[in-house]
Amino acid sequence: MRKVMTGNYASAYGAKAARAEVIPAYPITPQTSIVEKLAEFVSTGELKAKFVPVESEHSAMAACVSASILGARTYTATSSHGLALMHEVLMWASNARLPVVMTNVSRAMAPPWSVWADHMDSVAERDTGWMQFFCESNQEVLDTIIMAYKVCESRGIMLPAMIIEDAFILSHTSEPVDVPDQDTVDSFLPSYDPEIKLEIGKPMGFGSLVRPDQYMEFRYKSMLAMREARDRIVSVEDEFRQAFGRSYGGLLDEYMCDDAEVALVAAGSVAGTVRTVVDKLRAKGMKVGLARIRAFRPFPFQEFQSLAGRVSGMAVLDRSFTHGAAGAFFTEIQGALYDAPKRPAMKNYIAGLGGRDITPDVIEGIFEDILVRCERGSDPEPEWLDVAGLPRRRS
Amino acid sequence: MSRSYEDIPLTPISDTPSTVNMTGLWRVFRPVVDLDKCRKCTLCWKFCPDAAIELVDGKPNIDLRYCKGCGICANECPAECIIMVKEEAE
Amino acid sequence: MSRVTIPEVEHAYPGSTGCPGCGANLVMRYLLKGLGERTILTIPACCWAVMPGYWPSHCLKVPMVYCAFEATGASLSGIRAALDMKGVEDVTVVGFAGDGGTVDIGLQALSGAAERGTDAIYVMYDNEAYMNTGIQRSGATPWGAWTTTTPVGSSRDYKREPKKDIMSIMEAHGIPYAATVSVAHPEDFVKKAKKAKDARGLKFIHALSPCPPGWKMNPMKTIEIARLAVDTNVFPLYEVENGRLRITKKGKGLPIEDYLSTQGRFRHLTEEEVKRMQESVDSSLKALEEREAREG
Repeated sequence: MRKVMTGNYASAYGAKAARAEVIPAYPITPQTSIVEKLAEFVSTGELKAKFVPVESEHSAMAACVSASILGARTYTATSSHGLALMHEVLMWASNARLPVVMTNVSRAMAPPWSVWADHMDSVAERDTGWMQFFCESNQEVLDTIIMAYKVCESRGIMLPAMIIEDAFILSHTSEPVDVPDQDTVDSFLPSYDPEIKLEIGKPMGFGSLVRPDQYMEFRYKSMLAMREARDRIVSVEDEFRQAFGRSYGGLLDEYMCDDAEVALVAAGSVAGTVRTVVDKLRAKGMKVGLARIRAFRPFPFQEFQSLAGRVSGMAVLDRSFTHGAAGAFFTEIQGALYDAPKRPAMKNYIAGLGGRDITPDVIEGIFEDILVRCERGSDPEPEWLDVAGLPRRRS
Repeated sequence: MSRSYEDIPLTPISDTPSTVNMTGLWRVFRPVVDLDKCRKCTLCWKFCPDAAIELVDGKPNIDLRYCKGCGICANECPAECIIMVKEEAE
Repeated sequence: MSRVTIPEVEHAYPGSTGCPGCGANLVMRYLLKGLGERTILTIPACCWAVMPGYWPSHCLKVPMVYCAFEATGASLSGIRAALDMKGVEDVTVVGFAGDGGTVDIGLQALSGAAERGTDAIYVMYDNEAYMNTGIQRSGATPWGAWTTTTPVGSSRDYKREPKKDIMSIMEAHGIPYAATVSVAHPEDFVKKAKKAKDARGLKFIHALSPCPPGWKMNPMKTIEIARLAVDTNVFPLYEVENGRLRITKKGKGLPIEDYLSTQGRFRHLTEEEVKRMQESVDSSLKALEEREAREG
């Protein structure tokens, strides 16, 4: 069934389609309409679930963790400061190997207060052991939630996943979205049959103290699971395509990269703008492409090595900044390419913080600059784009 | 001794009774019971923090593998039939 | 014939790694005697997160979730929601936390669980300081007590603030049942645990739990000191059932010195300060008794 809906409603419809059973929720702009919609689904009986109105995001994730330990499929949604408050329990969820799925409406961190799009909140949680999926469209948000449960609940994986939609640009913008047929979803995603859970009549402590001589083995298992998730994400997406006719390019979604001289790497909603610019420049005969980071965790190492073998220049657009270093996407891609047979010229561009629009002419300017870099070589300094007081780079 | 990552659960799930912990080794003072003086009041059993006392016909049978020697039983026994004796240095 | 006054069934194994004479071990033992085996526990960071022993050791015959320090209330709501979704109704869900994890860092989540009416029992075993980290003051440390963060140097900088009144805080949420219990009175304890189990909503149990290392006391005196806390009215035993208060065990009205003198943490107090504490205890008891008379 096709409906016009916001990214937030797409999240809510995704959680509903996945038949989330326990939904602890706390409001925060611009996430709130997700949990409002889910509260409505539960109150009308459209979704058979427990909606738990908790008193903080920390408690939202803690309730998800405990419900998941009891074997319930859990969902919640948050944004920025709410995600930061959850930090401790995010690690709890992944270290306890619980397939919690959550939407993070990616938003800037204060101060200054800003409720607008920015990836700092999500990027700051990259080390928590969660899979992270950046979405480009509302349809992708809905579909990725369904796929994420299947990946997360897989035997041998059992890790949580964060579905990331950009504040307002997706969360509050309406697009046509196909709400998949429930029977098809049910056969694609069977009810949760946990690999581990706590049961009455089985005395056990779930998550107990271990000595230094045993801790690393548990973390090693988590590492193996996240590594295995790479293939699983791809195979689940393939199954999804067969069932629903849609797919999103695996961990790294390439657009016009096969014969590209330069590629712009980006994540989230800006990818849509980049596609338009690529089309425009291609029409002018410029060999440019887009490489969209869809999964930031697990990180697409092989995909980037493959891309590096094909392009001469790689522009990396970060919508966040790791102070004292560079954009997180950039440093990670650099790391991934260290032992690549061929390394392109690279440069990091910082743009769109705190919801600033990343306009087509800004993107065109990046492409023009990176084409020059192919001759001159990499630039070690990240360039902040469209900052008042700095020279403007525009096409 | 570390167990291989292949032989452990996904996350530390503890399901082995704590009787694997020989907490009796911590003991400095050992309870010695004069069962003849016991009046079967069962207070020693009731107040043992470690559930290390079993009642046999109403009288205490202290499991010295686990008794930590706190002495609560001796302190509470109204018949004064339990005394705490320093463990011999080995 | 023996005279067993509490259920004989044990839901705890020997071999827990709690200290000799630990009150918190007894709190758990009596609680489970009252609640039975169809119980799920959630336990945050506290002594009891360590006491089951290193993985794979578990000292209880019931399942237990380890949760984050400040998250016990939220964990209760999550467990109950999952059980509801699975249609399981006959299970008692219990949060079991120390005083710091309750009156300080965990207060927000506990308040949330109480306000949400989560059907669960929250047990605070109160050893009156952060004992697992090694005796630091908490909001539940009584006035006048030494801890490592309220040291008694030349400035005599012992705890200068009164103990946080968690029972009143919980009562103010309008919960169906709240009770104080003592390890020296297991019969009263077990009875209250059963009452809490039978009430619907969030129930609160405040258990005074002597801590030999933290209170600087002889471990053999755990029960004696817990009994003195009741008999000096430092820790009156009462319950509040749907808003009505009842004192369940009258103290003997012994002077507070009898209690304080058993513990090194109060050794520095002057006669004047002891007198001040006696006055405080007397007025608290008077308020309780007046309320009981009003509501009885």
